[in-house]
Amino acid sequence: MSTADEVDLSHGGSRREHRVDSLVRWVFFICALLTILTTVGIILVLVQGAVTFFLDVSIIEYFTSIDWAPLDADPSFGIWPLIWGTLVITVGSALIAVPIGTLTAIYLSEYASDQTRSVLKPLLEILAGIPTIVYGFFALSFITPQIQRVFPDTGTFNALAGAIVVGIMIIPMVSSLSEDAMHAVPDDLRQAAYGLGATRFDVSTNVVVPAALSGIVAAYILAISRAIGETMAVTLAAGMRPQITTNPLEPIQTMTAYMVQVGTGDLSVGSIGYQSLFAVGLTLFAMTLAMNLVSLWIKGRYREVYR
Amino acid sequence: MSLVDAVTDRFATDLRAESTREPPADPDTIIEARDLSVYYGETLAIDSVSMRIPERQVTAIIGPSGCGKSTFLRSINRMNDLVQGARVEGELHFKGKNVYDEDVDPVALRRLIGMVFQRPNPFPKSIYDNVAYGLRIQDKDDNLDERVEQALRQAALWDEVNDQLDKNGLDLSGGQQQRLCIARAIATDPEVILMDEPASALDPVATAQIEDLIDDLARDYTVIIVTHNMQQAARISDKTAVFLTGGELVEFGDTSQIFSDPENERVEAYITGRFG
Ligand SMILES: Nc1ncnc2c1ncn2[C@@H]1O[C@H](COP(=O)(O)OP(=O)(O)OP(=O)(O)O)[C@@H](O)[C@H]1O
Ligand SMILES: [Mg+2]
Repeated sequence: MSTADEVDLSHGGSRREHRVDSLVRWVFFICALLTILTTVGIILVLVQGAVTFFLDVSIIEYFTSIDWAPLDADPSFGIWPLIWGTLVITVGSALIAVPIGTLTAIYLSEYASDQTRSVLKPLLEILAGIPTIVYGFFALSFITPQIQRVFPDTGTFNALAGAIVVGIMIIPMVSSLSEDAMHAVPDDLRQAAYGLGATRFDVSTNVVVPAALSGIVAAYILAISRAIGETMAVTLAAGMRPQITTNPLEPIQTMTAYMVQVGTGDLSVGSIGYQSLFAVGLTLFAMTLAMNLVSLWIKGRYREVYR
Repeated sequence: MSLVDAVTDRFATDLRAESTREPPADPDTIIEARDLSVYYGETLAIDSVSMRIPERQVTAIIGPSGCGKSTFLRSINRMNDLVQGARVEGELHFKGKNVYDEDVDPVALRRLIGMVFQRPNPFPKSIYDNVAYGLRIQDKDDNLDERVEQALRQAALWDEVNDQLDKNGLDLSGGQQQRLCIARAIATDPEVILMDEPASALDPVATAQIEDLIDDLARDYTVIIVTHNMQQAARISDKTAVFLTGGELVEFGDTSQIFSDPENERVEAYITGRFG
């Protein structure tokens, strides 16, 4: 019962606009739902396959044995050699990418002129877009021969080349994300420090880096998760021999490389060797998930250090 | 332009040759601009400014928005070096030395000339570390506790924060943050303190505190302060420089004279609010 001069607030648009609006809302919702369902589906498949695997192989053996020989006549399923291989690559590549990536980021954010930055940053991002298999060939055809010049006994496949190439691969990720974090530090803080007679180095190391720390650490962790999950370059560079060795010139096998081996091999679907794929995949997933959770925690914890 | 000359003349009459240093500087002059122009790319921000700033006094710089007050201030400690495309012509002497000479390291210069900014900008560190920052980078870190306390006392902040020195500087109120920034700037014992509208983001009470503080500081330091607030300039400064649009220094002299009997009509119009 509205009188003529009462304001009508019941309709903000035509009926057609309303229909489009609710349709669009549904499209968005379905897209979001699809992503979530896919993730859940992957996890379910992994868990289901792993459960089948652990019906045949003791989970205790899986986590305690240090022998991974799934194709032997008397197979053995101790995950540690694969975890070791993954860790060697991850730690080795982080040792390369973290310092180089951070210094690159500091250079881009604090030292480079606007022109230099506008050229270098896109270049780095292109580097990040090169297919990983290309990096693998780069390791085989360039990095390993260089290592062999110094250490002639080095095999075609070796952990060192794998760590180096993955390190190079993740440098752009470390530097680009860290640079974003440093760039976001308010200019006021730099001005304050310069005004006190700070050098560029002072400003970079004790003002910008501490203020951007949460973003920088998040960049490290994302890059490290990438290294953990890296597959093709590692398989090509570091080889497929599951072993726990401290000699970086020997071949190793990472979890991902093992999965390539089985996935492309002639093991029959349903065999124990094939089922091990799911157990290894689940282990890998758990590791990267843990890294992402750590990254989230750090972001939340150190957020708002500057306002 | 003739006014500028007149002002320069006034100073020139009591020029005394101070040692062998060339050119001879007035013993009371700590900073002297000579035909100083600053460009941002092609834009002329300050136009051939000449003036002499006396030691241990408060010099206020006033003028309408965009007339180059901040630019002039930042050209004193070479903060404009950090702006890409900024270019300086002419000379700026600090204690008789042209700071734009080849052999001057702006880092060394800024250690003698502290700066306080319009927006309080404490580091996201503890109160203590904020004040200690300059001391640490300048390797003046003996008796650190003592120096930090003294700076906070001078900045009239000690009584409010002495029991919470490890609190984050950003958790202070705006006025406290600005006094923290002043403490940070004076901790290293510079000779000159540049202030760019230090009270413009503060309420009247905090503003009054900062003004009192500036009064005290002028006993030990040369203070150069940019302000939009004419009453403030009249209250706290000994000398006043009036910049007008175009980056021109139109009048410079004793504050009392500038506000009671300015020589330049445009200055009079600006001060009485008819212009700018
Ligand atoms: N970083 C910069 N790049 C280019 N031009 C600039 C820059 N900073 C200032 N300018 C220009 O120089 C002139 C003087 O600016 P400045 O900041 O010194 O004025 P101001 O007197 O401090 O003004 P306000 O009272 O608004 O702070 C203005 O025309 C401004 O547009
Ligand atoms: Mg200004």
